[in-house]
Order: sequence, then C-alpha cells, then structure tokens
Amino acid sequence: MSADLDQLENQSIYILREAYNRIDKLAMLWSIGKDSNALLWLCRKAFFGRIPFPVVQLDTAMELPEVYEFRDRITKEWDLDLKVEQCPPEEEMDQTLPPLTRAAARKTEGLKNLLRDHAYQGVMVGIRRDEQATRAKERVFSPRSLEGDWDVKDQPAEFWDHYKTRFPEGVHVRIHPLLAWTELDIWRYSQREGIPIVPLYFAKDGKRYRSLGEKNITFPVDSTASTIDEIIAELQVTRIPERAGRAMDNESEDSFERLRSVGYM
Amino acid sequence: MPHSQLRIVIVGHVDHGKSTLIGRLLNDTGSLPDGKVEQVREMSRKRGMPFEWAFVMDALQAERDQGITIDTTQIHFKTKQRPYVIIDAPGHTEFLKNMVTGASQADAALLVIDADEGALEQSRRHAFLLHLLGVRQVAVVVNKMDKVEFSSRRYEVVAQEIKDYLAELGLQPKAVIPVSARNGDNIVTRSEQSDWYLGPTVIEQLDAFRPQQTSPDQPLRFPLQDVYKPDDRRILAGRIESGRLRVGDTLHFSPTGASAKVVSIEAWNHPETVLSAQAGQSIGITLDKRIFAERGHIAHHQADAPTLAHRLSVRLFWLVSDPLVVGKTYTLKIATAEHRVTVEQVTAVINVEDLSSTPGKAVRRNEVAEVVLRSRSPIALDLASDLPRTGRGALIDGNDVVGGCLVVEIEDSAAANITEVSHAVSLEERSQANGHKGGIVWLTGLSGAGKSTLAMALERALFDRGWQTFVLDGDNVRNGLNAGLGFSADDRAENIRRVAETAKLFADAGMVVIASLISPLKSDRARARVIGGERFHEVYVAADLATCEERDPKGLYKKARAGEIAEFTGISAPYEAPDQAELVIDTDALSRSEALAQLLDYVDETLGKNSLKSEKELTYVI
Repeated sequence: MSADLDQLENQSIYILREAYNRIDKLAMLWSIGKDSNALLWLCRKAFFGRIPFPVVQLDTAMELPEVYEFRDRITKEWDLDLKVEQCPPEEEMDQTLPPLTRAAARKTEGLKNLLRDHAYQGVMVGIRRDEQATRAKERVFSPRSLEGDWDVKDQPAEFWDHYKTRFPEGVHVRIHPLLAWTELDIWRYSQREGIPIVPLYFAKDGKRYRSLGEKNITFPVDSTASTIDEIIAELQVTRIPERAGRAMDNESEDSFERLRSVGYM
Repeated sequence: MPHSQLRIVIVGHVDHGKSTLIGRLLNDTGSLPDGKVEQVREMSRKRGMPFEWAFVMDALQAERDQGITIDTTQIHFKTKQRPYVIIDAPGHTEFLKNMVTGASQADAALLVIDADEGALEQSRRHAFLLHLLGVRQVAVVVNKMDKVEFSSRRYEVVAQEIKDYLAELGLQPKAVIPVSARNGDNIVTRSEQSDWYLGPTVIEQLDAFRPQQTSPDQPLRFPLQDVYKPDDRRILAGRIESGRLRVGDTLHFSPTGASAKVVSIEAWNHPETVLSAQAGQSIGITLDKRIFAERGHIAHHQADAPTLAHRLSVRLFWLVSDPLVVGKTYTLKIATAEHRVTVEQVTAVINVEDLSSTPGKAVRRNEVAEVVLRSRSPIALDLASDLPRTGRGALIDGNDVVGGCLVVEIEDSAAANITEVSHAVSLEERSQANGHKGGIVWLTGLSGAGKSTLAMALERALFDRGWQTFVLDGDNVRNGLNAGLGFSADDRAENIRRVAETAKLFADAGMVVIASLISPLKSDRARARVIGGERFHEVYVAADLATCEERDPKGLYKKARAGEIAEFTGISAPYEAPDQAELVIDTDALSRSEALAQLLDYVDETLGKNSLKSEKELTYVI
C-alpha cells in the first residue's frame, strides 16, 4: 500500500464532502485531462459511486479529437451529468493580451458565462500547487468576485481544515481538492486505481502530451514513455516543467499570472 | 517503498532570509526545473541586483517589486531520503493569516533568525504560533553567518536566547544550525567556515524530522460531515479524527446521546469488505437503527466520550482588524460542528516578547490571548492537549474566519454545579394519575395554515376530556419568555430552542403541550426533536401558500408583499416542509372539524389511555 496516496485521497474526499455540504449550487469543471479524471474518480469514491452535481466542460472546439472521444465514452460509462459550455470566440477577448494567452482566455470567459447563466456558487477545479507558481498560492476554498477576479493579496485564512464557506452575494468559490497533489502523485494514483487515461499522454513517435490543452496552444514534448510505469520513471528524473508544452504560460514573464488574476482556472 | 512526503514550514522575521534559504534548498538538492536559474539571473539583472535566490519563490510580479513574499507558497523538492513540501510563510506582520494558513499544515518547522539581528518580535510571534498551531518539531536556522564572520560567540548568544524563549513554550529545538543561505554554508554540505559546529546541516535535520501521525490507539472521534442516501442505504459520512472503529461497534453520538451499532463501513470500488477504519480515513458507515444524526455530531465509544460543555477557556490567535470583544457572539467551529458562543471574559492578552500577560476587554489583530467562551448549546469537545483535532477550532464572524483557538479548560456541564435532581414522582406515576402521557405536539406550517386555530381547538377538546394540556403559541411566547429576540436566523433558532425546552418541562410534568410555531427550518425542528426526545411529535399543518395568502388572518402577507416585513416565511424566506412528520394535516382539503378530528385521533392513539396500556403490556413481554 502507499500511505502517502491514501492520505492524499482521504484529504481530497474530505474536501469534496465539505464542498457538497456547505455550498448550495455546485459543479465540477472537467478538462478531461489526467487531473480532472482523477478528481472525477475521487468524487465517485466520496459519494459512493454517484456524482451528485453536474460536470462541466468548457469547450473551445479546439481540443484534440481523442479528448472528445474520451469525454463521450466516459460520460456514458460513468453516467455523468455532463454540461458542455461553449466558450466565446477569440475576437471577443482582451486584445492587450499576447495572442496565445488570448486564446487561453476564452475558457475564462466561458466560465464567467457558465457562472452567470447557472448561478453556480461553487466550482471544483482540479488544479495542483506544483503545476505553476501562481497556483502554488491558492487556497483550497478560493473566493472570487462575479467577474472571477482573484485577490491574491487578501485571501482567507485556512487552517485545521476549516475552510471559508460563507460568502456575500455575488461571490462564488473555486474549490481545489487536488491542491496538495503532485504530477507524480496523480500518475501513481491513476495507476493504482486503474483510472482511464486519454491516450495522448502516452508517447508515439518519440513525443507525448505531458499536459493537455487546446491544439492551437499545446504541444507534445519529447518522450519515449508509452506506459504509466514509464511516465512515472520519466517524471522521477526530468527537470523539464510540466507545463512546458503550454505555449501561453511561456509567452511572457507574467502571462499566466495575468490570466489567473482575472479568473483563469 | 517510497517515503511519504514531509511538510515543512519556514518562518521568521521579515528579511531574515526565508525565501533565500528556500531558493538555495531547491537549487542544492537539484530540484529546480531547467532554465529557472537563468531566469532568476535575468530577473535579478533587469532589476540591477546581484543574483537573488529569493526570486525563485517570489514568482508574482507584485512580490518582486516589493521585495517581500506576500502569500504562503508551497514548493516541492526531494532529498535522497524522501519528498518534501516547503511552505513559505511570509514574515510581514499584516500577513499573519497567511502564515497561519501555511504553518497549520506543517509536520515540522524551520525558524530562520538573522545572526546579526538576533530574534526579533516576529521571530518570537512565529515561534509562539508554531506552539499554538501544534507544530512540535522545530529547528532554528541562524542565517547570514557570513555577515558576522562565522563567529561562534555570536552564534552562541543568538542560539541561547531563542532556546530560552522556546523552552518557556515547552518547545525544544531539534537543532540550531549556523548557515549562510546566500553562500550555501551548512545547507547541503558542511561548511569549512564553521568547524566549531558539530550539529546537522539543514538537509540532515530535515531528514531527521518525522511525519506527524495520529495514533489509532486514542479514543475514537468520528465527527459527521454529512448523511447520504445514494439508494436505500443511509450512509453517515465523515473523517475519523482519532482512534478506530469496527463493524459491530456500538457508537454513541454527542451531543444527542443517541446510539446505534455499526452495520457496515461502505466503500466504493473496493473488492473486499471493510471491517475497520482508523484516524485519518474519510469513511461512510451504516447503522442498525435509524437515529437522528447529522453534520456536527461526534460518534465515539461509550467508555471515552468527549466532554459536553457550555463554558470553555481557549487560547486563541486573532486575525482581523475588528477586535474580539467581551459580550460579542461568534460562531465556533470545532471539527464539523458549529456553535454560537459569546465572549464572557478576556482572561489574558499575552505579550509574545516576554510571555507576560494582562487581562483585557478585547483582543486585537495579531494578538494571542486566553478567553472564556459561553455557548447556548452544549458543545462536544476535548482538551487540545488530549485530542488536538477535536480540541481546537476556528472562530467565524459573519462570512469570515477571524481567529483560531485551542481548548485549554472545560467546564463540564454535566459535572458542574448543575446536578439534575431526580423527582420523587416518576413520569409513569404522572401518566397513570392523569390517564394520558405527557408529550409535545409540535404544529409547524406557514402563517395562515391554521396552526393556531387547530392548537386552540385541540386544547379545548383535550381539556374537556379532563386532560392536562396547554398551548405554547409562537406569537404569545414572544411577548414574555422570548421578548428581546428578533427575527434574524440566530434569534429564530433561539426562539425555537427556548420553546422546545419549555415544552419539554411541561411534558415532563405530564402535560400535553401543543406548540404552535411556523418553525420553517428543518434544522431548527430537528433540534427541537432532540430536546423533546421520544415525546416529540411533529405535525405538519399543510396548506398552499396561495390559500394561506388568501386567508391572511393577521394581514401579514399583505404587508410582506408590500415589503413592510422582511424575511417573511413563504414570501421572502423559505419554508422547509417536513419529510417525516408524524402526522400531516392538509387544511386545504379538510374542514376545520375534520382537521381537528384527525389530530385528536392521533393524540389519543399516541398519548391516550391505550398508549399507556400497550406500554405496560410491552414491559411484561420484555
């Protein structure tokens, strides 16, 4: 057994149950990547097989075909209450953003529309602290204004698993049950539990996707890892950051930070 | 076998070099992604500074400009021994809540002190908070030794001073390590400049820390988070905070006193049957009996019960600019239970510089203090020194977490000056003398549904039959017993609690109490049911909102529609209809006399002569 994975699992289930009990109208964002697949799995554990809230994909119509195939298969097999939110086009984005960042911002706007149209008070998002420096600063329960703004300098205190679950009108909360997990943890857990994986993560012709995003702004990295075992072995020695293939992060020093401060996941 | 990850918090006064130490640890253990060192060099050059390790951590634009770390950041790295998460806690005073957020998650702490400046106010405050937050493994890093030419005398002075302080908090540092984070002395490799120092390097000390563990041998505490009904199962879900439970165990629940046996430990996608679970596990169980149990109740074994208290002393830290003041009421959250508590006394405000204390009337932001809290409802809890996870909590004011506290002293309600006197006349004698049982007939429903009419008619009918009976009407009690309570959610809840307690006294005296209250919330009625126990009978007086509004006997709906009454049930505040009322009376469909007949039948059946007989027969059968 792996005690550290058990501990992470127990903590995430605790968070999911807190969210479900405390937040009135809840949804989970499903990017169909490895992290949100693991999150879906944890939800099924937390609620004994039935996920008691809708699962939302913010769709830009730019995902790779394998992603859509996977989505449709899993939705059916797991009997998910899937809602697909179409994101607004790139022309409507803040034109001062660098071009690739602008493409990524479509999801932020899609999320805002979703929140406005369905009045969700909480959305669960499968981000992790080790992915990216600004995500490292997140809280498990992270309040946002209606516009999605994130005030990194004035975040609520969070200690002894007491989370902020009360909000004034117009504020919603992002819930991050996977914050304490690492990329390696997700793979080890996916392997242990037998969680289905989009095949794009496995190497083909010397390349694999390490982080999945839209096809216009995400690129595969050099790799020969074609099984989970090989991915785990690769991660133990690599010094290349996980999001190296995500073009928008690396466009300028603060592009990801700018995306997040106005509501990106 | 991979080792589990250890969580380290690094604390200390602003500018004593925490971020630099972290940047150095990441670099020297080979944990930085490719290109990061070049990026930091470029960032330093652009700002006209020498190479700055702190930039590794200070990833946000705002931080780099101010030169201080704003928020807790978690960074992962590995030694040969095991993986680590470093939680960087900022030193700037106003960012205390971030420091608390970071430090509360830690297994162990490094306290960074500038060799030249020594321990300053924040170094002491952070050490105090580590103690308060329950971090017991601490090592001190005496940084910037290069600034004092690696003087062993200077090191000794700084080391002794902080050791003395920590000793007063009951903390003994595992090591006091002289380092230069900037130059890498005594971080991973032993420095030639401090040949007089024989203790561990920072990495050696980190590897010597042990993960915080909760022992399964402690008393069981299983606070409920929620109750799920995914199918025909009724699953009580939560996390075991201490101890262990097994299938077949009899669990007792605090504060209700209910008990039931564990039938199963439910698990999804788990091939083998689970027979036991222990501290740290998020589980779900089913019971052999359907008892009233909800979020906040704590399951335990009979032998080792938590204390039930109305009055407790806590040591607390205060996080917000609005001070804690005597007389003010806050929400205290312990595990998953929430209670309204009023500050009775500020026993001591603690000066963290010298640990002296003075009594006060208020506790200000960033202060720590000992405070006496009084609760309206009984709180199930433990002393923090016995069972930390059910002996500490968060204080909430409005929407915000405003402080945290450890329970240091409990006035046991059961053991305190209130000793329940046993009556000379038993309940059964009263029932036999009256010819009926005592009980609470709780009428709930919308305003205008017909509760008062039914209540008065029932009182008349029972009285005429020679029964002992009395009506407690929601409006009437507000003029006396509950004068002074308003219509906020808290006051409404308190109104209902008082009526329920009063009704219980009447029922104990053998009377049939007819309580007629809108009581719109399930949670409030559930509490009343706990108070009343098996003598509580919930009767839902049901009528369509439209019908009630048309009847509008008191003209209240008209006023509510005109906006003259805020939060009026049915119009601008919810009415939560009962799921499991003992009786539902539909006043839309029934005439007044039909409704009364239905109610009388029920009361007669459950509290009348026949109910007394059947009770006796049952006793004989047993």
